[in-house]
Amino acid sequence: MRDTAIRVENLGKLYQIGQRLTRYETLRDRIALFARSPFRNLRRLWTRGKKRELEYIWAIKDVSFEVKRGEVVGIIGRNGAGKSTLLRILSRITEPTEGYAEIRGRVGSLLEVGTGFHPELTGRENIYLNGAILGMKKAEIDRKFDEIVAFAEIEKFLDTPVKHYSSGMYVRLAFAVAAHLEPEILLVDEVLAVGDAAFQKKCLGKMGDVAKEGRTVLFVSHNMRAITDLCQRCLWINNGKIIQEGAPQQVVLAYLSSGQPERLDGVITPDMHINATGDVYFRRVALLDRANEPVTTFFFGEPLRILMEYEVCRPVEGMRLIVAIEKLDGTLVSVLHHTDDPHAYLIDAEPGTYSASMEVALPLMPGGYSIHLAAKPAPGFWGSGKSWDWVQRALDFYVKEFSKDGDGILPAGGVVRPSAKWDIRRIDRVRA
Amino acid sequence: MSIIRPTRGLAGLGLGQLWEYRELLYFLAWRDVKVRYKQTFLGVLWIVMQPIVTVVLFTLIFGKLLKVPSGGVPYPVFLLAALLPWNYFASTLNRSSNSLVGNAHLITKVYFPRLVIPLSAALSGLVDFSLTFLVLIGLLAYFGIWPSTGFLLLPIFFAMVFFTAVGFGLWLSALNVRFRDVNYLVPFLLQIWMYSTPIVYGTSIIPDRFRWVLAFNPMTGVVEGFRWALLKEHWTEGGPETALFLVSIVTVVIVTITGALFFRSTERTFADII
Repeated sequence: MRDTAIRVENLGKLYQIGQRLTRYETLRDRIALFARSPFRNLRRLWTRGKKRELEYIWAIKDVSFEVKRGEVVGIIGRNGAGKSTLLRILSRITEPTEGYAEIRGRVGSLLEVGTGFHPELTGRENIYLNGAILGMKKAEIDRKFDEIVAFAEIEKFLDTPVKHYSSGMYVRLAFAVAAHLEPEILLVDEVLAVGDAAFQKKCLGKMGDVAKEGRTVLFVSHNMRAITDLCQRCLWINNGKIIQEGAPQQVVLAYLSSGQPERLDGVITPDMHINATGDVYFRRVALLDRANEPVTTFFFGEPLRILMEYEVCRPVEGMRLIVAIEKLDGTLVSVLHHTDDPHAYLIDAEPGTYSASMEVALPLMPGGYSIHLAAKPAPGFWGSGKSWDWVQRALDFYVKEFSKDGDGILPAGGVVRPSAKWDIRRIDRVRA
Repeated sequence: MSIIRPTRGLAGLGLGQLWEYRELLYFLAWRDVKVRYKQTFLGVLWIVMQPIVTVVLFTLIFGKLLKVPSGGVPYPVFLLAALLPWNYFASTLNRSSNSLVGNAHLITKVYFPRLVIPLSAALSGLVDFSLTFLVLIGLLAYFGIWPSTGFLLLPIFFAMVFFTAVGFGLWLSALNVRFRDVNYLVPFLLQIWMYSTPIVYGTSIIPDRFRWVLAFNPMTGVVEGFRWALLKEHWTEGGPETALFLVSIVTVVIVTITGALFFRSTERTFADII
């Protein structure tokens, strides 16, 4: 028993559907409800009434597992499977509805990089602020300050407000602070999916070091490579339950082979919004073929034409629409900002329903993909910062193994297969 | 070892844990101060401008035009001695009631005792308070008034305004998580509150039989206390009555403790509904 770091027993978390969607109600609604039938509603005024199963959803249910001291355990599963809810409960951000968890040791949780970064403050100031928010003492930050700065490679911009940083610098700094946390138990949620490839590699290296130092790590990721490289054990969560547990290679393989397109109609239901503030809601997304008919299957090489409809409920300023495309196994393929188009501006919108369409030539390899949508205030980028609305897996689609002309695509590795121009010539003769 | 399980009913105050996070409290307050005047040309001067402009304006309207009696001291001094704690109270109440909602991104991503957030809002107001205090000292010097020995009791009156602001701030910030109406309510509340507190006028103009009502407004005790502490020997009105002042103290203690308990008992749902 003594070498158990985390013990979880029958943990469950019930969310009201739409609770995180409507975000808050006004007192007037409550009073109106109260006025209609005062006595029955007296209790409801604060307790939200009896829990009727229909209106509620178990984000996780009956989850039990143990993590030994010094063990690195990966958690995989689709978006919305309950991985993040589990970490949020273990980091005490939210309470479980039922069940029980026991944690031995100082916990550090890293559910997002750059939590609490303030754009107006300088890099130096943000290191201290963010460090304190993550639970470091000032003396500890003082001690690691130079190391953090060196890791982030931002020496020259230490006294520049971070709002002037490039997104790469911002992420590097944010990760650097987090990476220097020294808890006995580290809970990490998908923070490696940001930054450029070189930096991601550095982050993975750092995670590897953490693991080697004998600290306990619970690690959510869509990066299957990171899971198999770093973890000793892996949990696969689906629909709020652990469905497989064991050696990473085995579990990852089982998970990857289960990926099937599921969301095909493009209608965005209330439970699909993540972190919506109530200002903007995506309502529908469709992929169109050349005849403007919605389709979910494409031929290789066809341009993707994406049409989305969104509703603005409260006026927004400086909004950026973001479309992300992932493989069904969760590998991020591409993130497209509407402002990447030189003719497009940030959106200022009054309440109403809007549509946006885009076309992109993305030579995806045959397979299953999904589309994710986000509407964010301008400096925000995919996976970080505030979202007005964020829909994970709004629509799934398939790319077929044939081009429009009926040519077969020769199998090859990778995710995209752009057509490239080659030039091959002799630059020197073989000497006789 | 820590245990995570659903909790029900009243939560404790969790002061021990709050003490562990004192550095975060300091950093958040420091951030608030720092950010407030970033990229402003005048910077801290704005903190000083606000009370000066109010004093000039109110002196003209209430002192000169309406000739509100100020108990033998110059009206600007009479006014600023009351505005000093009032401004601290109003800005703290305003900031703390919005503090949880404004820091929603922290609440949904990191764990720390949530009390840190409204408390840091109260701490960050100390900078403004201190600077306004300097203005007041300047004003006293200008009118040649030496602070009386009551000066030494100022910390007590300050503690009272601090806890009044924090107590109501805890209630409002926690309510604001669920009912955003609080955002709209607070400005009204403060406006009504300001004019029902003897700031631009003194208690002397209120008929005796209504005096007791004032005691339930802790800010009356605070404002009268500040005036008394600073101007005792010059001021003919003699400060707060002991009995009424005790009622104010009891009110503040009740509001603060219930506020903290309410806050602690609802904080477990903050991350889910904010």
